[in-house]
Amino acid sequence: MPREGILVHNPYERITNEQVLQIHQASMQILHDTGLISFNREAAEIFHSNGAEVTIVSSGDSPCWLVKIPEKLVLHALDSAPKTVKLGARNPENTLIMKGEEPRVFFVSGSETNIWLDVDFPTYVKKSGRGTEIQVPEFHPRRGTVADLCDSAHVCEHLKTLDGYIRTVNIQDKDITEDNKDVNKFFASLNNTTKHFMSGLTSLKQLDNVVNMAKLIVGGEEELKENPIISFITCLIKSPLQFVEDTTQTFIEVCRRGLPIVVSSSPQAGTTAPIKEAGIMVQINAEVLAGITLSQLVNKGTPVIYGSVPVRARMDTLGDSYGSVETSQYNIDCVQMARFYKIPNYSTSGVCDSKTPGQQASVERLFSDIVVTLSGPQYLHCAYGLLDCNSSFSLLQAVLDDAHFQMIKFFLRPPWISEKEIADTLKQIREVVATPQKLYIRYIRPVMRSGEISAPYLFEGDGESDNVFALAYERMNELLAKPVEHIDPATTSKIFQEIPGILPRLNVYEERRGQ
Amino acid sequence: MSEDIIASLKENVIQGRKTQDDEGIDEELSGTPGVVELTQSALDDNIPPETIITRGLTAGMQVVGEKFTTREYFIPDMLASAEAVGAAMDILKPILEASNIETKGKFAIATVKGDIHDIGKNIVSILLKGAGYEVNDLGTDVPTEKIVEVVREYKPDFLGLSALLTTTMVVMGEIIEALKENGLRDKVKVLIGGAAVSDEYAQEIGVDAYCVDGFHAIKVLDAFQEAKA
Ligand code: B12
Repeated sequence: MPREGILVHNPYERITNEQVLQIHQASMQILHDTGLISFNREAAEIFHSNGAEVTIVSSGDSPCWLVKIPEKLVLHALDSAPKTVKLGARNPENTLIMKGEEPRVFFVSGSETNIWLDVDFPTYVKKSGRGTEIQVPEFHPRRGTVADLCDSAHVCEHLKTLDGYIRTVNIQDKDITEDNKDVNKFFASLNNTTKHFMSGLTSLKQLDNVVNMAKLIVGGEEELKENPIISFITCLIKSPLQFVEDTTQTFIEVCRRGLPIVVSSSPQAGTTAPIKEAGIMVQINAEVLAGITLSQLVNKGTPVIYGSVPVRARMDTLGDSYGSVETSQYNIDCVQMARFYKIPNYSTSGVCDSKTPGQQASVERLFSDIVVTLSGPQYLHCAYGLLDCNSSFSLLQAVLDDAHFQMIKFFLRPPWISEKEIADTLKQIREVVATPQKLYIRYIRPVMRSGEISAPYLFEGDGESDNVFALAYERMNELLAKPVEHIDPATTSKIFQEIPGILPRLNVYEERRGQ
Repeated sequence: MSEDIIASLKENVIQGRKTQDDEGIDEELSGTPGVVELTQSALDDNIPPETIITRGLTAGMQVVGEKFTTREYFIPDMLASAEAVGAAMDILKPILEASNIETKGKFAIATVKGDIHDIGKNIVSILLKGAGYEVNDLGTDVPTEKIVEVVREYKPDFLGLSALLTTTMVVMGEIIEALKENGLRDKVKVLIGGAAVSDEYAQEIGVDAYCVDGFHAIKVLDAFQEAKA
């Protein structure tokens, strides 16, 4: 049985069918009359040999080509791109089946932040309060390490609502280099969670190593096709409308290997996309369609995901403002566009502008988590622990987010109204009004036992004080203390023998022997 | 008459109106001359370039900076004004050169090899140009050899490097080494910025400053100027 995620009945639609069509048509126009600049030679050649109009723009140090994509090519690609994408997992019960037409949401982490936020709870004494003591959380930023990545994969394994794992933190240990980064981030993650693992690639040279690692884990090439436990994110497009040289090459190579891949475009309204909704929508949709088209030209049938990370610029820094209300609007519009094409959507919510967990963070993330989930994206990423516009990750925040999503999932259970319910209810009402106390209490018990009543907020404290952080911290440590289902010893030793560059300290079996 | 031109020049810098076609903030200004046209009229009126710069352009930017500090203005406002000033400087440049008046200095800027992030670098370029520096923007993914060559040939006073990825920030260290090998390190002050880098990293590789943003860069450059004077 694959994971269930949550099926959204009657998904919220922000734009009308007519507006969907308007965006679609304008994107098609952009693709064939404005075109994209490709800094990647092979992409330009592929488009050219399939009938796109390709002209050289510059031949110097960084050559580039203007690629104008005819509508026919895009429509063919939309036709051949799979409408159902399966993301496998080490534990097959964690498989995700995403259908482009079905608004079933899976909640996923993200997204390689440079900063890891530690927390501790120093004690403060109230001056006027006869020594009353309280503990106040303090957050300490530092650069992320591979040990952090292991911890976060481990905790994410145990977060109930989290359906898939995207590497959370950028590993910056002294012994991590461009050449061994990918194998280490893949191994650290895969070895600490049995859920699906998705990631970007730092170096194309490492692609075959990580694919081989996955093959060793599942037992071979065919097995990996059947159960793709890994998938890739590529930002092949730089907004506005440019194919980047290196990430496009990575994209092409992943498509060739037939593994699931996200075409991720992240235009920023105001700087790299128009500030108004129509503008950023037309552009991001054109950018993603260009990527989808390329995927199908490289390898027809590549399981490709419509990746939308639209965001509005902050007016004071021109950095990303994930916490802005418009960012959620754009995301929902993209969900609708992807559903129109019947291609699974990778969407974004939860990231806040706030730099630390707290009230601002809670308001910003809960707001986007609810509204974007209601629109029914298949793969809602960046949803756990990300702060400061995607610059830092807090494990404590991820644990807090799990509580939000439990509430959202509960809310989305289908309504309990049916003929039978109504009949039972009428009977109940008639019975109760006939009694002297006129109370329904005795009918609660069976419902309570069947789990049909939502739990109180997970981190509600005793008495009047707000102890949310301390309780969530306790929970985080409980989860960290839970056993991890590592890759078995035989496979682990094969991986260490055959895949170069993995840090010896990540071999849990050798480490234990050493102790 | 010339007082009027200077006053409107300053006002149009504050409004961020580069040319007569720009909108600005006050609607009644639309269609009236912008900074480019006014700079030209000022020259036609024989107003000295120093006056145009100090009492028109710089005075206007001063107000823009104050409005930014009080949060009346945001970055897009700041950039519009900086761009207008940059355009005026382009008009004044040949005259300044002919009369041997120096600009604040030459600034070469690049995103390092392997990195294509450029929003931040572009903002810094616009701001510095608006602050009176002569900016040479080399683009993104710029090979180290190219940077060395530019330092040798174009002789910038300052070199700005941007890196957003932890995998490309190491290239900054390589650039410093390459400058040393070519005997050029002491010819240029190096400033770095971008999400991946930090003060500690700047010290580690031995550059002259790490800047959080473009405004910080302007302050750092001003401090260099003062130290020189
Ligand atoms: C927008 C963005 C993109 C856009 C870039 C668009 C563009 N035209 O630049 C796109 C989508 C193309 C992109 C691509 C990628 N990105 Co990116 N991207 C970002 C993002 C979200 C914002 C950067 C930005 O523009 N900020 C706004 C500007 C205004 O701020 P700024 O750049 O920091 O600049 C200011 C200051 O830093 C300073 N400054 C900057 N440079 C300089 C230089 C000098 C001289 C001075 C004085 C000052 C200065 O002044 C600026 C103005 O105030 C960051 C996240 C982040 N927090 O930074 C990730 C981020 C940098 N990207 C990241 C990644 C991983 C990538 C990809 C590798 C993704 C992939 N797997 O394909 C590719 C990179 C490909 C490549 N070879 O470079 C990671 C990096 C993690 C790491 N490993 O280090 C980040 C941190 C996001 C994340 N958390 O995952 N990205």
